[in-house]
Amino acid sequence: MEFINDLSIYFGRINHWVTIFLIVSGLYIIITNSNMIKKLIGLSIFQTSVYLLYVSPGKIIGGTAPIISPQFEVYSNPLPHVLILTAIVVGVATLSLGLALVVRIKEEFGSIDEEAILMNSFEDQE
Amino acid sequence: MINNQIIRILSKILFPFLIIFALYVQFHGDYGPGGGFQAGVVVAAAFVFYALVNGLAKLKEIISEKLLECLVPLGVLIYSGVGVTSWILGGNFLDYSLLDKSDPSHGQHMGVLIIELGVLITVAATMLLIFYSFSGRGRKGDS
Amino acid sequence: MFDQWPSLVVAVPLIAAGICAIIRYEFFCWLVSIITSLVSLSGSIFLYLTVKASGDISYKLGGWAPPVGIEYRVDIFACYLLILISLVAIAVLIYGRKLINKEIASHLRGWFYSMYLLCMCGLMGIVITGDAFNAFVFMEISSLSMYTLIALGRDKRALLASYQYLILGTLGATMYVIGVGLLFNVTGTLNLIDLSIKIQPILDTPVIKVAMSFIFAGLSIKIALFPLHFWLPNAYAFAPSVVTTFLAATATKVSIYLLMRYFYTVFGFSFGMSSELIIGIILSCSILAIFVGSFSAIFENNLKRLLAFSSVAQIGYITLGIAIANNAGLTGSMVHIFNHALMKASLFMILGAIAFQIHKDQLTLTDLSGLGKQMPFSMAAMTIAGLSLLGVPGTVGFVTKWYLIQGAMQNGWWWLVVLILVSSLLVLIYLGKIIETVYFKPASNTGIEMNELPGSTFIIILLAVSSCIYLGFDTSLTLGIAEEAVNALVPEG
Repeated sequence: MEFINDLSIYFGRINHWVTIFLIVSGLYIIITNSNMIKKLIGLSIFQTSVYLLYVSPGKIIGGTAPIISPQFEVYSNPLPHVLILTAIVVGVATLSLGLALVVRIKEEFGSIDEEAILMNSFEDQE
Repeated sequence: MINNQIIRILSKILFPFLIIFALYVQFHGDYGPGGGFQAGVVVAAAFVFYALVNGLAKLKEIISEKLLECLVPLGVLIYSGVGVTSWILGGNFLDYSLLDKSDPSHGQHMGVLIIELGVLITVAATMLLIFYSFSGRGRKGDS
Repeated sequence: MFDQWPSLVVAVPLIAAGICAIIRYEFFCWLVSIITSLVSLSGSIFLYLTVKASGDISYKLGGWAPPVGIEYRVDIFACYLLILISLVAIAVLIYGRKLINKEIASHLRGWFYSMYLLCMCGLMGIVITGDAFNAFVFMEISSLSMYTLIALGRDKRALLASYQYLILGTLGATMYVIGVGLLFNVTGTLNLIDLSIKIQPILDTPVIKVAMSFIFAGLSIKIALFPLHFWLPNAYAFAPSVVTTFLAATATKVSIYLLMRYFYTVFGFSFGMSSELIIGIILSCSILAIFVGSFSAIFENNLKRLLAFSSVAQIGYITLGIAIANNAGLTGSMVHIFNHALMKASLFMILGAIAFQIHKDQLTLTDLSGLGKQMPFSMAAMTIAGLSLLGVPGTVGFVTKWYLIQGAMQNGWWWLVVLILVSSLLVLIYLGKIIETVYFKPASNTGIEMNELPGSTFIIILLAVSSCIYLGFDTSLTLGIAEEAVNALVPEG
């Protein structure tokens, strides 16, 4: 029985494992890539992990949308959804601002590779 | 894509339905899933669809960039206008219940609908503005 | 109407930002911004007086009672930061109108003011809100507008600096929100006061520790605490000088405020400290920040970057006060929040004024040579502000160092006293380098026709620098508020 309990610790919270996977893979992409667009993709994946972290515990099995009606008794927690709606909007705003910056950088420097730009433009400064 | 008859006619038929669906999502937000964010994106998507078929220049004739630049802050002002109204009525910021003194719950409905209108305007205008500024970049003339 | 001040100080900048974005006429926007920051300043002072007279204010946004609704909570510490932000905002606006007109293209000026006001709204919001997630939203409002403001710099490297800040800043904010999410999952509340009560029985569980680490790491990026400071030098160096001044004086301070809120209000650290590990990390990071920042400043040639590295070091002093964790140490860091804002704002203002006068964007050390005779006023002001950075007795910098050293001695950490004194010597090196170039090197820009310094700029610099000295002698004002703030944060202190 103990073995089963252990399993439920590891697999019963699959949503947390997916969250951790998303956090780590997002961070990995941000750190290892020097392509600016790919970095932004990594950032988006990183932010997506937050959405899952908030929303998944708010879901109650058998629960319905939290609009009170005599037909239903079990409702999901509405608060995480509202919070994550805000977080998604923030994420979209960040992503579009980042992309706009990358477009401008491409126009000014002629490249979207961060390391190449840093090599070329920050060395002649001294 | 203007030369492809099927797409052109389909886009003409679909456009009003897209807008109606957006309005449905907008007003249904009071009683069920939906709201200004989603509706705003659907409205923006309808216009983007129009631009994809008829070209960006055609869309800019209908909604100019200047108009959008005014619509974005306008939505924010509608939102904060509700807050200011509730100040004037003697309550806390964004206290909708005061909008209808005789029936607070009716006031709540009113407040949410006005706020969602502000959200709809801002989100739709922002989305279109993002579309304009990305698709108009680095091209000589519009497609 | 007066009980509406907590929402007014946040909502007025928001509304003004919207108005500025519609009517993008430069003078109008400037006027609206000035009026807005005046309203915010008077609101903050009124809030301070009210809180002092009758205790903390709890404001129910939308009429919903906490912990369900969002609560705006004002105590002395919050008022202190509110006054700081609105004071800096108004000073920078008066100081910088001519500079803004010079550095920012005419069709962007309206948007500039709009973003400036949004940034101010976000910073005020972080300080005043009593809700963990609301703080995140305000943090993103201020950060997004800040990225835009930095990208407005005339140097094309401003874009790159802004991009790097965007990546790191968003990482920080997301980590913060992961921490808040973990807290929310175990307690089911987002209200900071409610959180601090519900968290007590489960304070030793791993979830809380993980959440605390995430919040600490995320906010450290925003603070630019030592190993996570890489966005700061470029962002400060390439932003327009007005933006640099505003940023250096307020942005990092607000994140420090939030960190202190979490440590003392939510996690309920008391003096004597419950978490040795975190204190150890903060202590070592602060000391490293002080030394690495100062050393980088010594070898830096670009003046704005030099001051930015010195900011990294000064932030180290503020966090050092948190790590010393006794009354004197915390008072020291509390005072330094204001003092550093004052000194760094003066220095960046003077640099901006010099850049305006000799028509150059990025000042290097050689540009200053021999300017002591050509610009006696600016250079004297710079020397005074620099001396208070060093901590010479009679300036504001001395007050901070005095309290930090006292705090270290109370803990019996004599080695720390020595380190603080040695670090002052490092400041002396890079400051000495500047002063030597200014007064003892032959002039290099004799051929250039200088711009006249605008009168408003002159007055603001004069006021800032003289308050560097005045507040160094008459410490009752800043120190009084700082001590009240410490008492608000750590009631048993």
